[in-house]
Amino acid sequence: MAAMQFGVFSTGYLPQDPPMTGRAVRTQETIQETVTLAQHAEEVGLDVFAMGEHHNQPFFSSSPPVLLAHLAAKTSTLQLSTSSALITTNDPVRLAEEYALLQHLAGGRVDLILGRGNTGPVYPWFGQDIRDGIPLAVENYALLRRLWDEEVVDWEGRFRTPLQGFTSIPRPLDDVPPFVWHGSIRSPEIAEQAAYYGDGYFANNIFFPARHYQKLIGFYRQRFEHYGHGTAAQAIVGLGGHVFIRPSSQDAKAEFLPHFRATSFGQGISLDSYLEQTPLAVGSPQEVIDRYAGMRDRYGDYQRQLFLLNLPTMSLKVSMEQLDALGEIVPVLRKELDRGRPEGIPDAPTHSSRVAARREKAAGSNEPEKVTGR
Amino acid sequence: MSAYPQDAVTRKLAVVSAGLSTPSSTRLLADRLAEATAARLSDEGIGTDTTVIELRDHAMAIAGNLVNGFATEELEAVIESLTGADGAIFSTPIFTTSYSGLFKSFIDVIERGALAGLPVIIGATGGTERHSLALDYAIRPLFTYHHATVVPTGVYAATGDWGSSGDGAGAGLPERIGRAAGELAELMRGSARSHQVRDPFALPPGFSPAGTH
Repeated sequence: MAAMQFGVFSTGYLPQDPPMTGRAVRTQETIQETVTLAQHAEEVGLDVFAMGEHHNQPFFSSSPPVLLAHLAAKTSTLQLSTSSALITTNDPVRLAEEYALLQHLAGGRVDLILGRGNTGPVYPWFGQDIRDGIPLAVENYALLRRLWDEEVVDWEGRFRTPLQGFTSIPRPLDDVPPFVWHGSIRSPEIAEQAAYYGDGYFANNIFFPARHYQKLIGFYRQRFEHYGHGTAAQAIVGLGGHVFIRPSSQDAKAEFLPHFRATSFGQGISLDSYLEQTPLAVGSPQEVIDRYAGMRDRYGDYQRQLFLLNLPTMSLKVSMEQLDALGEIVPVLRKELDRGRPEGIPDAPTHSSRVAARREKAAGSNEPEKVTGR
Repeated sequence: MSAYPQDAVTRKLAVVSAGLSTPSSTRLLADRLAEATAARLSDEGIGTDTTVIELRDHAMAIAGNLVNGFATEELEAVIESLTGADGAIFSTPIFTTSYSGLFKSFIDVIERGALAGLPVIIGATGGTERHSLALDYAIRPLFTYHHATVVPTGVYAATGDWGSSGDGAGAGLPERIGRAAGELAELMRGSARSHQVRDPFALPPGFSPAGTH
């Protein structure tokens, strides 16, 4: 069992012509290339592939479970996740059912990172109000949990039709639902929610300075302990990251710069000061290793490290080479981050580890979990 | 003898100037307001710890924050010196009928709620007195939105004001400055803002991570 999972995440962005402002192009090619890249991620020894959910141009990824089900058939060890799945505008009943079905198809290689999305109009397009973002995330997740954890559910809430005697199907694999990470870049409410349930907390860790995420993760850890799921150090933390690797630092920067300039976050700031202020690392393998081996000094020992798959202007060839480079640095990072990892820090949760934990608990005490009753 | 406890006999005053030229009449107005406020507080036995924020010095960082969504560490410290003050003076030139773009951009990168309850003087400068109402139709609503406590007297200084003692229609600049400063000092006297620890993770009242069920 791996102490830490390493992988890649994609937002499901299409290239545009011209970049950033033009029409989305190469839709089918990009989708097929994404499948190729996910397969290659497994080949180079990565553990996780995560796909985002969007409902507007220039994205293609409207339905992560459809894509992930395809990947489940094309891969054999890769953990399939979301980055993120929308807990706000999706009906929790559909989420419960689709991801449970995916879980069976993938033999348990499924977990979810939940988010609230970053495109305001998605709320009205799905009949919701953006001002209800947090209440939707809270209520929808409460229902999702019950649909997975309880066979028969009676439900009445603010946002959806009541349910009487409803059973979501299929039931989760081995009666152990997918592990859930709650993703947030700003809202303490979501960190609080993750802590309350004893779920994972995922900080995308790109776009903002590290000190920002450091505070949020610290808060989640404290609250995890407060709710009695373990010590703060034992809370389940995932981080996003963004790297570009070439044998020499200069080559990496020179090649990355035009791609950076063709993104929304590469505007009005020099690459050097962006590198200095955010967790983006562009350089030689050793530079990138040093940067990411240092993450736990800021955030504590953690369970999952995902890197942004690519930028929309990158060719398949470059993206494949970047996966190769990740395949080379990840074993080193594993070793570095394993060294000095204290006893009692949980490994990254997987289906089999969760099934085992459940058996152990059933064999031991009958007491329900302190807060959630699970 | 002060009626206030020893550890609270100083108040923090943040002075924000959006003037662009050097020397700047916008900064001059801000300084006059700051001096007058400090003098009023001093009359009450209260010291003033003044921080001046020249927005022109942070213009690039402010633009970067708008585009990238985060402040540099330096700009973050500047914003904290404002949001953690007991009172503030904002002074902007009037450009094309309203506050300057730099001034508005700075206000735009301040988090919602961070200025709530902050006692504020609004000041503006312009070539003629014809734009003085910009204080009340543009600048005052901006701070009302932020739930700052804006004192009734806003101070507009036209070029001519710097060489006049007022006319029959109203008080001269020194009187207006004195009145605004008195109003701000009165609010700052009772402020504990600079002694409060603000919790960035404060959850909204009544928030339950499990929902209502």
